[in-house]
Amino acid sequence: MEFFRIKRDIPFMRHALVFNLISGLTFLAAVFFLFSRGLHLSVEFTGGTLLEVTYSQPADLGAVRAGVAKLGFADVQVQNFGTARDVLIRLPAQKGVSSAQQSTQVMAALKELDASATMRRTEFVGPQVGDELAADGIKALAFVIIGIMIYLAIRFEWKFAVAAIIANMHDVIIILGFFAYFQWEFSLPVLAAVLAVLGYSVNESVVIFDRIRENFRRYRKMNTPEIINSAITSTISRTIITHGSTQMMVLSMLLFGGATLHYFALALTIGIMFGIYSSVFVAAAIAMWLGIKREDLVKGGGPKKDLDPNDPNAGATV
Amino acid sequence: MNRYPVWKYVIIVIAMVVAGLYALPNFFGESPAVQVSAAKPLVKVDAGTLTLVEAALKTAGIAPDMVTLDGASIKVRLLDTDTQLKAKDVIQRALIPDAGNPGYVVALNLLSRSPAWLTALNASPMYLGLDLRGGVHFMLQVDMEAALTKRAESLSGDVRTSLREKNIRHSGINRVGQTVEVRFRDAATLDAAKAVFDDQFADLQTVDVAEGAEFKLTASIKPEAARRIQDQALKQNITTLHNRINELGVAEPVIQQQGLDRIVVQLPGVQDTAKAKDILGRTATLEVRMVDESTEARAAEMGAGVVPFGSERYLERNGQAVIVKKQVILTGENLTDAQPGFDSQTQEPTVNLNLDAKGTRIFRDVTRENVGKRMAILLFEKGKGEVVTAPVIRTEIGGGRVQISGRMTTTEANDTALLLRAGSLAAPMEIIEETTIGPSLGAENIAKGFQSVAWGFAAVALFMCMYYMLFGVFSSIALAFNLLLLVAVLSMLQATLTLPGMAAMALVLGMAIDANVLINERIREELRAGASAQAAIHTGYERAWATIFDSNITTMIAGLALLAFGSGPVRGFAVVHVLGILTSMFSGVFFSRGVVNFWYGRKNRLKTVSIGTIWRPDGGTALKTNE
Repeated sequence: MEFFRIKRDIPFMRHALVFNLISGLTFLAAVFFLFSRGLHLSVEFTGGTLLEVTYSQPADLGAVRAGVAKLGFADVQVQNFGTARDVLIRLPAQKGVSSAQQSTQVMAALKELDASATMRRTEFVGPQVGDELAADGIKALAFVIIGIMIYLAIRFEWKFAVAAIIANMHDVIIILGFFAYFQWEFSLPVLAAVLAVLGYSVNESVVIFDRIRENFRRYRKMNTPEIINSAITSTISRTIITHGSTQMMVLSMLLFGGATLHYFALALTIGIMFGIYSSVFVAAAIAMWLGIKREDLVKGGGPKKDLDPNDPNAGATV
Repeated sequence: MNRYPVWKYVIIVIAMVVAGLYALPNFFGESPAVQVSAAKPLVKVDAGTLTLVEAALKTAGIAPDMVTLDGASIKVRLLDTDTQLKAKDVIQRALIPDAGNPGYVVALNLLSRSPAWLTALNASPMYLGLDLRGGVHFMLQVDMEAALTKRAESLSGDVRTSLREKNIRHSGINRVGQTVEVRFRDAATLDAAKAVFDDQFADLQTVDVAEGAEFKLTASIKPEAARRIQDQALKQNITTLHNRINELGVAEPVIQQQGLDRIVVQLPGVQDTAKAKDILGRTATLEVRMVDESTEARAAEMGAGVVPFGSERYLERNGQAVIVKKQVILTGENLTDAQPGFDSQTQEPTVNLNLDAKGTRIFRDVTRENVGKRMAILLFEKGKGEVVTAPVIRTEIGGGRVQISGRMTTTEANDTALLLRAGSLAAPMEIIEETTIGPSLGAENIAKGFQSVAWGFAAVALFMCMYYMLFGVFSSIALAFNLLLLVAVLSMLQATLTLPGMAAMALVLGMAIDANVLINERIREELRAGASAQAAIHTGYERAWATIFDSNITTMIAGLALLAFGSGPVRGFAVVHVLGILTSMFSGVFFSRGVVNFWYGRKNRLKTVSIGTIWRPDGGTALKTNE
């Protein structure tokens, strides 16, 4: 089988401006939703109590809500979780009431309403922990960005480092934008997924950059856009197949992983989709705008005399 | 060019055997078991206990699958849950004659069914996190400020005693926050006092200021001493928690320090959170009372006659009854420390108590009036009192330092000191995070995680085989080997596997195939460019390696960041993620090359390789390659 029967290099860079415009707009939309709607943070970040309760019959959410409201807790959220028989109850952190009392009280009230209610999971997070987690998340993000930039700057060149980080930060913001727009729950596993996506889609850009470097050495007569087009064209089949494989895994998580892994898998899916787009269309284009040149990558400056320019393998050292 | 030297194959075979061995215990599943461990520091679980357990099971007609003494606990593996419950009852009856005072913890547990020879190799199944096996997780924050305040309080008492011993007159000692303030009338006494501080209180640093006609000396705890005090407070709280959790009968409780001021408690299998929280938060109280030494009380002590009015009967730990008055002289609140030690003259083991200022005053008055009489120190837990010790008062005790001595072994002194300290936590704690996972949810999570990995793996392997033909098969074998390695490494390290960890496993497999796709695409490209079969394989691997390395490094950076800054579920994800990247570099490149070389390397006149369709853009004709 061969899915990619491409006869000549696809002129991706001719449309670079259009691609950058599209991603610019998506990015702005994502930022807009992030600010206007905000993220729907899970109890891990906000502090509070979470109870997962299962019933033998499909649960009557209204009755559950009324039952919990009677206890006098403010801002209680009640919703289905996975199936109609599973209910998730969220209580914000309350002053003066310990976690022990909160979950026990709620469970007692629910048992009274329907004896088949059984506790599946409770989670209590104190407000101080939530703040710390958010701070740690931001530290981790900063560490990833700086670490990757340093590595790429050493391995390639600072222009590639900047291009890759801009392209992939835009993926991260877009994932967050989706979570803000749909008000999906942003929990710790989702944060892990976002950071994993960052590392993963940078590796996509790395593959293309590797090819660009190799092409600079190989094809001495091509100009920069041509070099980039050829690099993207020759790696596109690999890009699609790898992402397809990863997506198959993620899809399997989405289908079989249940409610706990649902948003995690969803974040990965969006990340993978936009990861392809940004690595192929955005990163290389930004590197081009930043003005990468042959001299930046081919160390030692001028062409080496002992190499035959027609030899396709000339200078291809690894 | 595509041949591996023998040593490379040796490495591969060794890796396969080792990985296979250590991954093996995961396939045996788990059996119900009963686990016996010591509930008190003095109780030892040893070969003697083992024979007791075996004998008890034999008389009850229960045939255990396996009985082993493993470190400080006895594990009895049984065939089904019914016999498990029966065995638990039998063992409990045999080992614990007095249910009110259990010496052992007999708990239900699950044990790996792997054969003994695997266990002997230290191969055990992956350690499942709470979200996969059910249980309770608590994170407790220790109030360190309170620990320091408590310490300052006890130091102020010590300062008072020392100054009195040296005959240095002061006009007041106060504890202000975490500092001790002492006032003096003149500079000479201040200097004398400073000398005492330098000499006797290495933990304190002093600052003096003239305040009107008086001189004020402010002593604060040195930072390094404060760190030590905090560390001790945390250790003591952990010890106390250990003692309390023993009562819950949990097979494998985890009580760990996290950071500088936090303690994580994990109780696998516990469902009754209310009880667990109750026990964790309980404060045992310590009381000092006088022993009733009237004739009626003496008689009651011997078991002849009723306990006189105004007194109560308690038992010492050796079972000896003691009649004590109901009036409480002191409580544990006034006790700042209890340490085992030795008498400086007789070299007898002792227990040294430190009292705070209020306690010191009361204690001095009481001992002055009751020389020659007995006093009892009682520990109340769960509303049940026990006499820890009931010594005779020899002299008046001032200064707040109490020495209990006589008829004690070193172990007993240690134990008593521990009990006295366990009476109170060194510093108050607060639950700041709590998670409970029901047992059914745990099992469901395992199934979900397993299915995600299995179906994802099947889909990817199927696609690879269809798209890359024989090379796809090689890639799939490499991927399966990666999974085996990952499971083996996780089992070896006993890293906690959680549901996010299983998600990471699936994700890592999805990412690991990237290496093989890169290689296979490269080989196709070389073939398309007209390279010979062997050369194509060679350059394909060589060239793809640099790219694979680069891309794994960036993924690794993200993984390490998660490991460094993540906690809880993120950490569980990151551990598997990072390990998975490492194993995938080995399996995806080194191992898969080995397989390819093994298959194709020897064929000198290799014309074609089975890597699917090599399509050439120039002719537009597909070149079907096959064996």
